[in-house]
Amino acid sequence: MNKIMSDKKIIALYTLPALILLLVLIYVPIVLTGYYGLMEWDGIGPMTFIGLDNYKTLISDSLFWNSAYHSLLLAIFSVLSLIIYLAISLVLASQIKGADVFRKIYLIPMLLSSVAIAQLWMRIYHPSNGVMNRFLTSIGIENPPLWLSDTSLVLFAIFVPILWQYAGFYIIIYYAALRNIPNELVEAARIDGATPFQIAYKIKLPLVSGIIKVTIVLAVIGSLKYFDLIYVMTDGGPNGASEVMASYMYKLAFRTNDFGYGSAIGFFLLLLILLVTYFIRKLTTSREDNVQY
Amino acid sequence: MKEKLSETSDLHASSAKKLPPSPKVAQSSLKHRLSHSVLYLILIIVGVVQLLPLVWLFLFSLKDNQEVFNLPPLALPSSPKWENYLNVWTEGTIGVYFLNSVIVTGAAVILTVLLASFVTFAITRMHWKLNKFVLGLFMVGLMIPVHSTLIPLFSFYLNIGLMDHPLAIILTYTAFNLPLTIMILLGFYYTLPRELEEAAIMDGCTVHRMFFQIILPMTAPVVATTAIINMIYNWNEFVFVNTFISSDKYKTLTVGIQNFIGQYSTDWGAIGATLVISILPILIVFVLLSNRIVEGITSGSVKG
Repeated sequence: MNKIMSDKKIIALYTLPALILLLVLIYVPIVLTGYYGLMEWDGIGPMTFIGLDNYKTLISDSLFWNSAYHSLLLAIFSVLSLIIYLAISLVLASQIKGADVFRKIYLIPMLLSSVAIAQLWMRIYHPSNGVMNRFLTSIGIENPPLWLSDTSLVLFAIFVPILWQYAGFYIIIYYAALRNIPNELVEAARIDGATPFQIAYKIKLPLVSGIIKVTIVLAVIGSLKYFDLIYVMTDGGPNGASEVMASYMYKLAFRTNDFGYGSAIGFFLLLLILLVTYFIRKLTTSREDNVQY
Repeated sequence: MKEKLSETSDLHASSAKKLPPSPKVAQSSLKHRLSHSVLYLILIIVGVVQLLPLVWLFLFSLKDNQEVFNLPPLALPSSPKWENYLNVWTEGTIGVYFLNSVIVTGAAVILTVLLASFVTFAITRMHWKLNKFVLGLFMVGLMIPVHSTLIPLFSFYLNIGLMDHPLAIILTYTAFNLPLTIMILLGFYYTLPRELEEAAIMDGCTVHRMFFQIILPMTAPVVATTAIINMIYNWNEFVFVNTFISSDKYKTLTVGIQNFIGQYSTDWGAIGATLVISILPILIVFVLLSNRIVEGITSGSVKG
Protein backbone atom coordinates (compact mmCIF):
# COMPACT_ATOMS: atom_id res chain seq x y z
CA MET A 1 0.00 0.00 0.00
CA ASN A 2 2.50 2.57 1.21
CA LYS A 3 4.94 1.44 -1.41
CA ILE A 4 2.55 2.05 -4.25
CA MET A 5 1.41 5.38 -2.86
CA SER A 6 4.97 6.63 -2.48
CA ASP A 7 6.16 5.69 -5.96
CA LYS A 8 8.59 8.47 -6.85
CA LYS A 9 8.03 8.12 -10.58
CA ILE A 10 4.31 8.59 -10.29
CA ILE A 11 4.70 11.53 -7.93
CA ALA A 12 7.06 13.17 -10.41
CA LEU A 13 4.73 12.42 -13.29
CA TYR A 14 1.80 14.02 -11.45
CA THR A 15 3.53 17.10 -10.11
CA LEU A 16 6.21 18.00 -12.65
CA PRO A 17 4.06 19.33 -15.51
CA ALA A 18 2.32 21.83 -13.25
CA LEU A 19 5.51 22.58 -11.33
CA ILE A 20 7.43 23.29 -14.54
CA LEU A 21 4.72 25.69 -15.71
CA LEU A 22 4.77 27.40 -12.32
CA LEU A 23 8.54 27.73 -12.28
CA VAL A 24 9.03 28.73 -15.92
CA LEU A 25 6.11 31.14 -16.19
CA ILE A 26 5.98 32.64 -12.70
CA TYR A 27 9.11 32.09 -10.61
CA VAL A 28 11.79 32.48 -13.29
CA PRO A 29 10.13 35.66 -14.63
CA ILE A 30 10.08 37.08 -11.10
CA VAL A 31 13.82 36.55 -10.78
CA LEU A 32 14.37 37.93 -14.28
CA THR A 33 12.35 41.04 -13.48
CA GLY A 34 14.78 41.73 -10.66
CA TYR A 35 17.69 41.05 -13.02
CA TYR A 36 16.37 43.21 -15.88
CA GLY A 37 15.82 45.97 -13.35
CA LEU A 38 19.60 46.28 -13.13
CA MET A 39 19.96 46.76 -16.89
CA GLU A 40 19.52 49.39 -19.47
CA TRP A 41 17.57 47.57 -22.14
CA ASP A 42 15.09 48.40 -24.89
CA GLY A 43 13.66 44.87 -25.01
CA ILE A 44 15.36 43.82 -28.24
CA GLY A 45 18.94 45.12 -28.36
CA PRO A 46 21.82 44.27 -26.04
CA MET A 47 21.56 44.80 -22.28
CA THR A 48 23.89 47.07 -20.41
CA PHE A 49 24.47 46.48 -16.73
CA ILE A 50 23.88 49.72 -14.86
CA GLY A 51 23.57 48.46 -11.30
CA LEU A 52 21.04 50.26 -9.19
CA ASP A 53 20.72 53.24 -11.54
CA ASN A 54 17.12 52.36 -12.44
CA TYR A 55 16.23 52.33 -8.77
CA LYS A 56 17.97 55.69 -8.26
CA THR A 57 15.95 57.07 -11.16
CA LEU A 58 12.85 55.62 -9.55
CA ILE A 59 13.46 57.48 -6.30
CA SER A 60 13.66 60.83 -8.06
CA ASP A 61 10.97 60.12 -10.66
CA SER A 62 8.04 62.37 -9.78
CA LEU A 63 5.83 60.60 -12.35
CA PHE A 64 6.41 57.32 -10.56
CA TRP A 65 5.57 58.79 -7.15
CA ASN A 66 2.53 60.37 -8.69
CA SER A 67 1.36 56.93 -9.83
CA ALA A 68 2.30 55.36 -6.49
CA TYR A 69 0.25 58.04 -4.71
CA HIS A 70 -2.77 57.21 -6.85
CA SER A 71 -2.34 53.50 -6.14
CA LEU A 72 -2.19 54.32 -2.44
CA LEU A 73 -5.37 56.40 -2.71
CA LEU A 74 -7.12 53.53 -4.47
CA ALA A 75 -5.98 51.19 -1.70
CA ILE A 76 -7.35 53.54 0.97
CA PHE A 77 -10.67 53.94 -0.88
CA SER A 78 -10.91 50.19 -1.30
CA VAL A 79 -10.29 49.48 2.37
CA LEU A 80 -12.83 52.14 3.37
CA SER A 81 -15.36 50.65 0.97
CA LEU A 82 -15.09 47.39 2.92
CA ILE A 83 -17.11 49.16 5.64
CA ILE A 84 -19.98 49.60 3.22
CA TYR A 85 -19.76 45.99 2.05
CA LEU A 86 -19.64 44.80 5.65
CA ALA A 87 -22.69 46.88 6.59
CA ILE A 88 -24.64 45.45 3.66
CA SER A 89 -23.57 41.93 4.61
CA LEU A 90 -24.72 42.48 8.20
CA VAL A 91 -28.15 43.45 6.89
CA LEU A 92 -28.13 40.54 4.46
CA ALA A 93 -27.13 37.98 7.07
CA SER A 94 -29.72 39.09 9.64
CA GLN A 95 -32.16 36.26 8.85
CA ILE A 96 -33.66 38.02 5.90
CA LYS A 97 -35.68 36.03 3.39
CA GLY A 98 -34.33 36.08 -0.13
CA ALA A 99 -30.77 36.81 1.02
CA ASP A 100 -29.56 34.26 -1.49
CA VAL A 101 -31.15 36.11 -4.40
CA PHE A 102 -29.77 39.44 -3.24
CA ARG A 103 -26.19 38.28 -2.90
CA LYS A 104 -26.33 36.68 -6.34
CA ILE A 105 -27.61 39.89 -7.89
CA TYR A 106 -24.85 41.85 -6.17
CA LEU A 107 -22.27 39.50 -7.64
CA ILE A 108 -23.13 40.02 -11.30
CA PRO A 109 -20.79 42.99 -12.03
CA MET A 110 -17.86 41.01 -10.63
CA LEU A 111 -18.28 38.44 -13.40
CA LEU A 112 -17.84 40.93 -16.24
CA SER A 113 -14.52 41.80 -17.81
CA SER A 114 -12.90 45.04 -16.75
CA VAL A 115 -12.85 46.06 -20.41
CA ALA A 116 -16.63 45.72 -20.70
CA ILE A 117 -17.09 47.51 -17.37
CA ALA A 118 -14.75 50.30 -18.47
CA GLN A 119 -16.53 50.72 -21.79
CA LEU A 120 -19.92 50.78 -20.07
CA TRP A 121 -18.88 53.32 -17.43
CA MET A 122 -17.18 55.53 -20.01
CA ARG A 123 -20.63 55.89 -21.48
CA ILE A 124 -22.26 56.44 -18.11
CA TYR A 125 -19.76 59.29 -17.59
CA HIS A 126 -20.10 60.62 -21.14
CA PRO A 127 -20.11 64.45 -20.82
CA SER A 128 -23.32 65.08 -22.76
CA ASN A 129 -25.04 61.76 -23.50
CA GLY A 130 -24.12 59.74 -20.41
CA VAL A 131 -26.72 58.75 -17.84
CA MET A 132 -24.89 60.58 -15.09
CA ASN A 133 -24.90 64.03 -16.66
CA ARG A 134 -28.31 63.67 -18.24
CA PHE A 135 -29.63 63.02 -14.76
CA LEU A 136 -27.73 66.00 -13.33
CA THR A 137 -28.96 68.37 -16.04
CA SER A 138 -32.52 67.09 -15.61
CA ILE A 139 -32.46 68.10 -11.92
CA GLY A 140 -31.24 71.57 -12.88
CA ILE A 141 -27.44 71.37 -12.66
CA GLU A 142 -26.34 73.37 -15.66
CA ASN A 143 -22.67 72.55 -15.97
CA PRO A 144 -22.22 69.00 -14.75
CA PRO A 145 -18.65 67.80 -14.30
CA LEU A 146 -16.68 66.22 -17.14
CA TRP A 147 -15.80 63.28 -14.86
CA LEU A 148 -13.08 61.44 -16.76
CA SER A 149 -11.41 64.54 -18.18
CA ASP A 150 -11.42 66.47 -14.92
CA THR A 151 -8.04 66.00 -13.21
CA SER A 152 -9.48 66.49 -9.73
CA LEU A 153 -12.42 64.12 -10.21
CA VAL A 154 -11.08 61.35 -12.43
CA LEU A 155 -9.76 59.11 -9.67
CA PHE A 156 -13.08 59.24 -7.81
CA ALA A 157 -14.92 58.66 -11.07
CA ILE A 158 -12.81 55.56 -11.64
CA PHE A 159 -13.33 54.37 -8.11
CA VAL A 160 -17.12 54.21 -8.46
CA PRO A 161 -17.07 51.35 -11.01
CA ILE A 162 -14.45 49.61 -8.87
CA LEU A 163 -16.78 49.87 -5.88
CA TRP A 164 -19.61 48.58 -8.06
CA GLN A 165 -17.56 45.75 -9.55
CA TYR A 166 -16.26 44.27 -6.30
CA ALA A 167 -19.35 44.70 -4.09
CA GLY A 168 -20.62 41.18 -4.66
CA PHE A 169 -17.23 39.59 -4.11
CA TYR A 170 -16.73 41.03 -0.64
CA ILE A 171 -20.38 40.74 0.35
CA ILE A 172 -20.29 37.02 -0.44
CA ILE A 173 -17.20 36.52 1.70
CA TYR A 174 -18.60 38.50 4.65
CA TYR A 175 -21.99 36.88 4.33
CA ALA A 176 -20.51 33.39 4.54
CA ALA A 177 -18.49 34.35 7.61
CA LEU A 178 -21.43 36.03 9.35
CA ARG A 179 -23.69 33.05 8.73
CA ASN A 180 -21.18 30.84 10.46
CA ILE A 181 -21.63 32.66 13.76
CA PRO A 182 -23.60 30.39 16.11
CA ASN A 183 -27.06 31.83 16.57
CA GLU A 184 -27.09 31.11 20.33
CA LEU A 185 -24.58 33.89 20.89
CA VAL A 186 -26.68 36.46 19.08
CA GLU A 187 -29.88 35.19 20.68
CA ALA A 188 -28.39 35.32 24.17
CA ALA A 189 -27.27 38.90 23.67
CA ARG A 190 -30.69 39.84 22.37
CA ILE A 191 -32.36 38.38 25.46
CA ASP A 192 -29.94 40.37 27.60
CA GLY A 193 -31.32 43.46 25.88
CA ALA A 194 -28.55 44.28 23.43
CA THR A 195 -29.62 46.42 20.48
CA PRO A 196 -28.97 45.20 16.93
CA PHE A 197 -26.14 47.73 16.67
CA GLN A 198 -24.52 46.49 19.87
CA ILE A 199 -24.86 42.92 18.67
CA ALA A 200 -23.27 43.79 15.35
CA TYR A 201 -20.45 45.83 16.83
CA LYS A 202 -19.64 43.85 19.95
CA ILE A 203 -20.43 40.29 18.93
CA LYS A 204 -20.57 39.79 15.18
CA LEU A 205 -17.67 41.97 14.06
CA PRO A 206 -15.12 40.57 16.53
CA LEU A 207 -16.13 37.07 15.48
CA VAL A 208 -15.45 37.75 11.81
CA SER A 209 -12.34 39.88 12.38
CA GLY A 210 -10.14 37.18 10.81
CA ILE A 211 -12.05 37.41 7.55
CA ILE A 212 -12.06 41.20 7.71
CA LYS A 213 -8.29 41.16 7.79
CA VAL A 214 -8.11 38.74 4.88
CA THR A 215 -10.30 41.10 2.88
CA ILE A 216 -8.10 44.06 3.82
CA VAL A 217 -5.13 42.18 2.36
CA LEU A 218 -7.12 41.37 -0.77
CA ALA A 219 -8.30 44.97 -1.16
CA VAL A 220 -4.85 46.49 -0.68
CA ILE A 221 -3.10 44.04 -3.01
CA GLY A 222 -5.87 44.35 -5.57
CA SER A 223 -5.52 48.13 -5.55
CA LEU A 224 -1.74 48.09 -5.82
CA LYS A 225 -1.88 46.02 -9.00
CA TYR A 226 -4.97 47.67 -10.44
CA PHE A 227 -4.66 48.10 -14.19
CA ASP A 228 -7.28 46.97 -16.76
CA LEU A 229 -10.07 49.40 -15.99
CA ILE A 230 -7.81 52.44 -15.83
CA TYR A 231 -5.92 51.44 -18.97
CA VAL A 232 -9.19 51.33 -20.92
CA MET A 233 -11.06 54.22 -19.32
CA THR A 234 -8.43 56.94 -19.15
CA ASP A 235 -5.04 55.40 -19.98
CA GLY A 236 -3.74 57.18 -16.89
CA GLY A 237 -4.94 60.58 -18.03
CA PRO A 238 -5.81 63.33 -18.14
CA ASN A 239 -2.26 64.51 -17.63
CA GLY A 240 -1.34 61.58 -15.39
CA ALA A 241 -4.20 62.26 -12.97
CA SER A 242 -5.25 58.61 -12.91
CA GLU A 243 -1.89 56.94 -13.54
CA VAL A 244 -1.24 53.99 -11.21
CA MET A 245 1.90 51.93 -10.70
CA ALA A 246 0.92 49.11 -13.03
CA SER A 247 -0.18 51.43 -15.83
CA TYR A 248 3.01 53.47 -15.49
CA MET A 249 5.11 50.31 -15.69
CA TYR A 250 3.19 49.12 -18.73
CA LYS A 251 3.71 52.40 -20.54
CA LEU A 252 7.44 52.50 -19.84
CA ALA A 253 7.97 48.95 -21.05
CA PHE A 254 5.59 48.55 -23.95
CA ARG A 255 5.32 52.10 -25.29
CA THR A 256 8.65 53.78 -24.61
CA ASN A 257 10.53 50.44 -24.77
CA ASP A 258 12.33 51.18 -21.53
CA PHE A 259 12.28 47.54 -20.44
CA GLY A 260 15.01 47.96 -17.83
CA TYR A 261 13.28 50.73 -15.96
CA GLY A 262 9.89 49.07 -16.43
CA SER A 263 11.32 45.91 -14.84
CA ALA A 264 12.64 47.89 -11.91
CA ILE A 265 9.13 49.20 -11.27
CA GLY A 266 7.69 45.71 -11.72
CA PHE A 267 10.15 44.37 -9.15
CA PHE A 268 9.38 47.22 -6.78
CA LEU A 269 5.67 46.41 -7.13
CA LEU A 270 6.35 42.77 -6.30
CA LEU A 271 8.36 43.62 -3.19
CA LEU A 272 5.73 46.10 -2.09
CA ILE A 273 2.94 43.55 -2.42
CA LEU A 274 4.85 40.82 -0.60
CA LEU A 275 5.73 43.28 2.15
CA VAL A 276 2.17 44.54 2.55
CA THR A 277 0.86 40.97 2.61
CA TYR A 278 3.42 39.99 5.21
CA PHE A 279 2.61 42.89 7.52
CA ILE A 280 -1.16 42.60 7.31
CA ARG A 281 -0.93 38.83 7.71
CA LYS A 282 1.22 39.31 10.78
CA LEU A 283 -1.44 41.52 12.31
CA THR A 284 -4.01 38.89 11.36
CA THR A 285 -2.39 35.95 13.11
CA SER A 286 -1.52 37.84 16.28
CA ARG A 287 -5.16 38.61 17.01
CA GLU A 288 -6.75 35.52 15.50
CA ASP A 289 -6.11 33.42 18.62
CA ASN A 290 -8.40 35.62 20.69
CA VAL A 291 -11.36 34.79 18.53
CA GLN A 292 -13.11 31.67 19.68
CA TYR A 293 -16.68 30.63 19.16
CA MET B 1 -18.50 25.47 2.73
CA LYS B 2 -21.99 24.69 1.59
CA GLU B 3 -22.46 22.00 4.21
CA LYS B 4 -21.30 24.45 6.84
CA LEU B 5 -23.77 27.04 5.67
CA SER B 6 -26.77 24.75 5.72
CA GLU B 7 -25.68 23.51 9.14
CA THR B 8 -25.85 27.00 10.53
CA SER B 9 -29.20 27.68 8.96
CA ASP B 10 -30.49 24.51 10.62
CA LEU B 11 -29.11 25.94 13.82
CA HIS B 12 -31.05 29.11 13.20
CA ALA B 13 -34.27 27.21 12.72
CA SER B 14 -33.92 24.95 15.75
CA SER B 15 -32.89 27.68 18.16
CA ALA B 16 -35.79 29.79 17.03
CA LYS B 17 -38.11 26.95 17.97
CA LYS B 18 -36.54 26.16 21.30
CA LEU B 19 -36.28 29.65 22.73
CA PRO B 20 -39.50 31.18 24.02
CA PRO B 21 -40.02 34.66 22.59
CA SER B 22 -38.74 37.13 25.15
CA PRO B 23 -41.29 39.74 26.25
CA LYS B 24 -39.08 42.50 24.97
CA VAL B 25 -39.05 41.04 21.47
CA ALA B 26 -42.84 40.61 21.50
CA GLN B 27 -43.39 44.21 22.60
CA SER B 28 -41.26 45.61 19.88
CA SER B 29 -42.62 43.42 17.10
CA LEU B 30 -44.09 46.40 15.26
CA LYS B 31 -40.81 48.23 15.53
CA HIS B 32 -39.13 45.01 14.46
CA ARG B 33 -41.26 44.72 11.37
CA LEU B 34 -40.67 48.34 10.52
CA SER B 35 -36.91 48.00 10.79
CA HIS B 36 -37.16 44.84 8.74
CA SER B 37 -38.82 46.80 5.94
CA VAL B 38 -36.09 49.41 6.10
CA LEU B 39 -33.46 46.70 5.82
CA TYR B 40 -35.25 45.25 2.81
CA LEU B 41 -35.38 48.66 1.23
CA ILE B 42 -31.61 49.03 1.65
CA LEU B 43 -30.99 45.64 0.05
CA ILE B 44 -33.30 46.42 -2.84
CA ILE B 45 -31.63 49.79 -3.47
CA VAL B 46 -28.22 48.14 -3.54
CA GLY B 47 -29.59 45.51 -5.92
CA VAL B 48 -30.96 48.18 -8.23
CA VAL B 49 -27.63 50.02 -8.21
CA GLN B 50 -25.85 46.78 -9.12
CA LEU B 51 -28.20 46.02 -12.00
CA LEU B 52 -29.14 49.43 -13.38
CA PRO B 53 -26.00 50.06 -15.47
CA LEU B 54 -26.49 46.68 -17.13
CA VAL B 55 -30.16 47.33 -17.80
CA TRP B 56 -29.21 50.64 -19.34
CA LEU B 57 -26.55 48.91 -21.46
CA PHE B 58 -29.09 46.40 -22.73
CA LEU B 59 -31.57 49.18 -23.52
CA PHE B 60 -29.13 51.26 -25.52
CA SER B 61 -27.95 48.21 -27.41
CA LEU B 62 -31.46 48.12 -28.88
CA LYS B 63 -31.62 51.79 -29.84
CA ASP B 64 -30.23 53.94 -32.63
CA ASN B 65 -28.31 57.10 -31.80
CA GLN B 66 -31.40 59.23 -32.28
CA GLU B 67 -33.16 57.30 -29.51
CA VAL B 68 -30.10 57.05 -27.26
CA PHE B 69 -29.67 60.81 -27.20
CA ASN B 70 -33.30 61.94 -27.22
CA LEU B 71 -35.25 59.40 -25.19
CA PRO B 72 -34.89 59.22 -21.40
CA PRO B 73 -32.07 56.74 -20.58
CA LEU B 74 -34.37 54.02 -19.28
CA ALA B 75 -37.07 54.43 -21.91
CA LEU B 76 -37.75 51.53 -24.23
CA PRO B 77 -36.96 52.06 -27.92
CA SER B 78 -39.98 52.51 -30.20
CA SER B 79 -39.05 49.25 -31.88
CA PRO B 80 -36.07 47.28 -30.58
CA LYS B 81 -33.20 47.40 -33.08
CA TRP B 82 -32.13 43.76 -32.96
CA GLU B 83 -30.28 44.46 -36.20
CA ASN B 84 -27.57 46.15 -34.07
CA TYR B 85 -26.61 42.67 -32.93
CA LEU B 86 -26.80 41.22 -36.42
CA ASN B 87 -24.69 44.07 -37.81
CA VAL B 88 -21.85 43.89 -35.32
CA TRP B 89 -21.80 40.12 -35.62
CA THR B 90 -21.72 40.02 -39.44
CA GLU B 91 -19.79 43.19 -40.28
CA GLY B 92 -16.82 42.84 -37.99
CA THR B 93 -14.50 40.16 -36.72
CA ILE B 94 -16.37 39.71 -33.45
CA GLY B 95 -17.22 36.14 -34.42
CA VAL B 96 -13.50 35.36 -34.69
CA TYR B 97 -12.79 36.98 -31.31
CA PHE B 98 -15.63 35.03 -29.80
CA LEU B 99 -14.32 31.73 -31.15
CA ASN B 100 -10.80 32.56 -29.94
CA SER B 101 -12.16 33.28 -26.47
CA VAL B 102 -13.95 29.94 -26.47
CA ILE B 103 -10.84 28.04 -27.61
CA VAL B 104 -8.36 29.76 -25.33
CA THR B 105 -10.69 29.67 -22.32
CA GLY B 106 -11.65 26.04 -22.91
CA ALA B 107 -8.12 24.79 -23.45
CA ALA B 108 -6.74 26.64 -20.44
CA VAL B 109 -9.59 25.47 -18.18
CA ILE B 110 -9.13 21.81 -19.11
CA LEU B 111 -5.36 21.99 -18.77
CA THR B 112 -5.52 23.84 -15.44
CA VAL B 113 -8.11 21.59 -13.85
CA LEU B 114 -6.34 18.42 -14.98
CA LEU B 115 -2.85 19.52 -13.89
CA ALA B 116 -4.18 20.92 -10.61
CA SER B 117 -6.01 17.66 -9.89
CA PHE B 118 -2.80 15.69 -10.50
CA VAL B 119 -0.82 17.93 -8.16
CA THR B 120 -3.48 18.00 -5.47
CA PHE B 121 -3.79 14.22 -5.62
CA ALA B 122 -0.03 13.80 -5.29
CA ILE B 123 0.19 16.31 -2.45
CA THR B 124 -2.75 15.07 -0.39
CA ARG B 125 -2.90 11.34 -1.10
CA MET B 126 0.63 10.20 -1.88
CA HIS B 127 3.52 9.95 0.55
CA TRP B 128 6.65 12.00 -0.07
CA LYS B 129 8.84 14.36 1.87
CA LEU B 130 8.66 17.50 -0.23
CA ASN B 131 4.89 17.68 -0.53
CA LYS B 132 4.51 20.58 1.91
CA PHE B 133 7.28 22.48 0.16
CA VAL B 134 5.74 22.00 -3.29
CA LEU B 135 2.35 23.06 -1.94
CA GLY B 136 4.02 26.16 -0.48
CA LEU B 137 5.50 27.01 -3.89
CA PHE B 138 2.05 26.97 -5.42
CA MET B 139 0.50 28.97 -2.58
CA VAL B 140 3.11 31.73 -2.77
CA GLY B 141 2.22 31.89 -6.47
CA LEU B 142 -1.15 33.28 -5.36
CA MET B 143 0.45 36.53 -4.32
CA ILE B 144 2.61 37.18 -7.38
CA PRO B 145 1.32 40.18 -9.30
CA VAL B 146 0.86 39.52 -13.01
CA HIS B 147 2.56 42.78 -13.95
CA SER B 148 5.85 41.85 -12.30
CA THR B 149 6.17 38.91 -14.69
CA LEU B 150 4.98 40.63 -17.85
CA ILE B 151 8.30 41.87 -19.25
CA PRO B 152 10.24 38.59 -18.84
CA LEU B 153 7.29 36.61 -20.21
CA PHE B 154 7.15 38.95 -23.18
CA SER B 155 10.81 38.41 -24.05
CA PHE B 156 10.52 34.68 -23.29
CA TYR B 157 7.69 34.18 -25.74
CA LEU B 158 9.48 36.38 -28.26
CA ASN B 159 12.60 34.20 -28.02
CA ILE B 160 10.88 30.83 -28.29
CA GLY B 161 8.66 32.02 -31.15
CA LEU B 162 5.36 31.84 -29.27
CA MET B 163 4.72 35.57 -29.49
CA ASP B 164 1.37 36.22 -31.15
CA HIS B 165 0.38 32.60 -30.72
CA PRO B 166 -2.64 31.34 -28.72
CA LEU B 167 -0.44 28.81 -26.93
CA ALA B 168 1.35 31.63 -25.11
CA ILE B 169 -1.97 32.75 -23.65
CA ILE B 170 -3.17 29.25 -22.81
CA LEU B 171 0.04 28.34 -20.98
CA THR B 172 0.15 31.64 -19.09
CA TYR B 173 -3.47 31.33 -17.97
CA THR B 174 -2.81 27.80 -16.82
CA ALA B 175 0.27 28.75 -14.80
CA PHE B 176 -1.42 31.69 -13.11
CA ASN B 177 -4.64 29.80 -12.34
CA LEU B 178 -2.99 26.68 -10.92
CA PRO B 179 -2.46 28.10 -7.40
CA LEU B 180 -6.08 29.14 -6.82
CA THR B 181 -7.40 25.95 -8.41
CA ILE B 182 -5.18 23.79 -6.22
CA MET B 183 -6.26 25.76 -3.17
CA ILE B 184 -9.94 25.15 -3.84
CA LEU B 185 -9.37 21.46 -4.67
CA LEU B 186 -7.24 20.93 -1.57
CA GLY B 187 -10.06 21.17 0.98
CA PHE B 188 -12.13 18.63 -0.92
CA TYR B 189 -9.27 16.16 -1.35
CA TYR B 190 -8.54 16.19 2.37
CA THR B 191 -12.08 15.00 3.07
CA LEU B 192 -11.83 11.90 0.85
CA PRO B 193 -11.60 8.75 3.01
CA ARG B 194 -8.27 6.88 3.04
CA GLU B 195 -10.09 3.54 2.89
CA LEU B 196 -10.91 4.25 -0.73
CA GLU B 197 -7.34 3.96 -1.84
CA GLU B 198 -6.58 1.05 0.43
CA ALA B 199 -9.47 -0.93 -0.99
CA ALA B 200 -8.54 -0.02 -4.53
CA ILE B 201 -4.95 -1.11 -4.05
CA MET B 202 -6.01 -4.36 -2.37
CA ASP B 203 -7.96 -5.06 -5.52
CA GLY B 204 -4.81 -4.56 -7.55
CA CYS B 205 -5.67 -1.14 -8.93
CA THR B 206 -2.82 1.00 -10.25
CA VAL B 207 -2.40 4.60 -9.13
CA HIS B 208 -3.35 5.90 -12.56
CA ARG B 209 -6.56 3.90 -12.68
CA MET B 210 -7.34 4.96 -9.14
CA PHE B 211 -6.88 8.59 -10.07
CA PHE B 212 -8.87 8.54 -13.29
CA GLN B 213 -11.59 6.07 -12.35
CA ILE B 214 -12.14 6.70 -8.65
CA ILE B 215 -10.72 10.01 -7.44
CA LEU B 216 -11.39 12.25 -10.44
CA PRO B 217 -15.08 11.23 -10.71
CA MET B 218 -15.50 11.66 -6.96
CA THR B 219 -14.12 15.17 -7.06
CA ALA B 220 -16.43 16.14 -9.94
CA PRO B 221 -18.43 18.72 -7.92
CA VAL B 222 -15.39 20.70 -6.79
CA VAL B 223 -13.75 20.27 -10.20
CA ALA B 224 -16.84 21.84 -11.73
CA THR B 225 -16.60 24.76 -9.31
CA THR B 226 -12.94 25.41 -10.12
CA ALA B 227 -13.63 25.03 -13.84
CA ILE B 228 -16.28 27.75 -13.69
CA ILE B 229 -14.09 30.11 -11.66
CA ASN B 230 -11.27 29.50 -14.18
CA MET B 231 -13.62 30.06 -17.06
CA ILE B 232 -14.76 33.43 -15.77
CA TYR B 233 -11.17 34.53 -15.15
CA ASN B 234 -9.92 33.43 -18.58
CA TRP B 235 -12.89 34.78 -20.48
CA ASN B 236 -12.31 38.23 -18.99
CA GLU B 237 -8.50 38.34 -19.02
CA PHE B 238 -7.04 41.35 -20.73
CA VAL B 239 -3.38 42.15 -19.99
CA PHE B 240 -1.80 38.96 -21.32
CA VAL B 241 -3.77 38.97 -24.57
CA ASN B 242 -3.13 42.67 -25.01
CA THR B 243 0.61 42.13 -24.58
CA PHE B 244 1.24 38.81 -26.28
CA ILE B 245 -1.24 38.83 -29.17
CA SER B 246 -1.07 41.35 -31.99
CA SER B 247 -2.86 39.81 -34.96
CA ASP B 248 -6.62 40.06 -35.24
CA LYS B 249 -7.09 36.38 -36.00
CA TYR B 250 -5.85 35.40 -32.52
CA LYS B 251 -7.37 38.16 -30.38
CA THR B 252 -9.95 37.25 -27.78
CA LEU B 253 -13.12 39.16 -27.03
CA THR B 254 -11.79 41.41 -24.26
CA VAL B 255 -9.05 42.84 -26.45
CA GLY B 256 -11.00 42.50 -29.67
CA ILE B 257 -13.94 44.58 -28.50
CA GLN B 258 -11.51 47.34 -27.59
CA ASN B 259 -10.52 47.81 -31.25
CA PHE B 260 -13.97 47.09 -32.44
CA ILE B 261 -15.54 49.79 -30.31
CA GLY B 262 -12.92 52.19 -31.62
CA GLN B 263 -14.33 51.74 -35.13
CA TYR B 264 -17.85 52.38 -33.91
CA SER B 265 -16.91 55.21 -31.59
CA THR B 266 -20.12 57.10 -32.34
CA ASP B 267 -22.65 54.32 -32.87
CA TRP B 268 -23.92 53.63 -29.35
CA GLY B 269 -26.28 50.87 -30.45
CA ALA B 270 -23.42 48.93 -32.05
CA ILE B 271 -21.21 49.47 -29.01
CA GLY B 272 -23.97 48.29 -26.69
CA ALA B 273 -24.60 45.20 -28.81
CA THR B 274 -20.86 44.39 -28.84
CA LEU B 275 -20.62 44.65 -25.06
CA VAL B 276 -23.74 42.57 -24.51
CA ILE B 277 -22.37 39.86 -26.82
CA SER B 278 -19.11 39.82 -24.87
CA ILE B 279 -20.78 39.43 -21.45
CA LEU B 280 -23.65 37.16 -22.45
CA PRO B 281 -21.83 33.80 -22.12
CA ILE B 282 -20.79 34.64 -18.57
CA LEU B 283 -24.31 35.78 -17.67
CA ILE B 284 -25.77 32.56 -19.05
CA VAL B 285 -23.29 30.47 -17.08
CA PHE B 286 -24.13 32.54 -14.02
CA VAL B 287 -27.89 32.00 -14.36
CA LEU B 288 -27.36 28.26 -14.75
CA LEU B 289 -24.65 27.74 -12.16
CA SER B 290 -24.69 30.64 -9.72
CA ASN B 291 -24.49 28.38 -6.66
CA ARG B 292 -21.23 26.86 -7.83
CA ILE B 293 -19.78 30.30 -8.55
CA VAL B 294 -20.70 31.62 -5.13
CA GLU B 295 -19.26 28.49 -3.54
CA GLY B 296 -16.04 28.78 -5.51
CA ILE B 297 -15.52 32.43 -4.62
CA THR B 298 -16.24 31.79 -0.96
CA SER B 299 -13.92 28.82 -0.61
CA GLY B 300 -11.28 30.39 -2.83
CA SER B 301 -10.96 33.58 -0.87
CA VAL B 302 -11.85 32.62 2.66
CA LYS B 303 -9.20 29.97 2.89
CA GLY B 304 -6.67 32.31 1.32
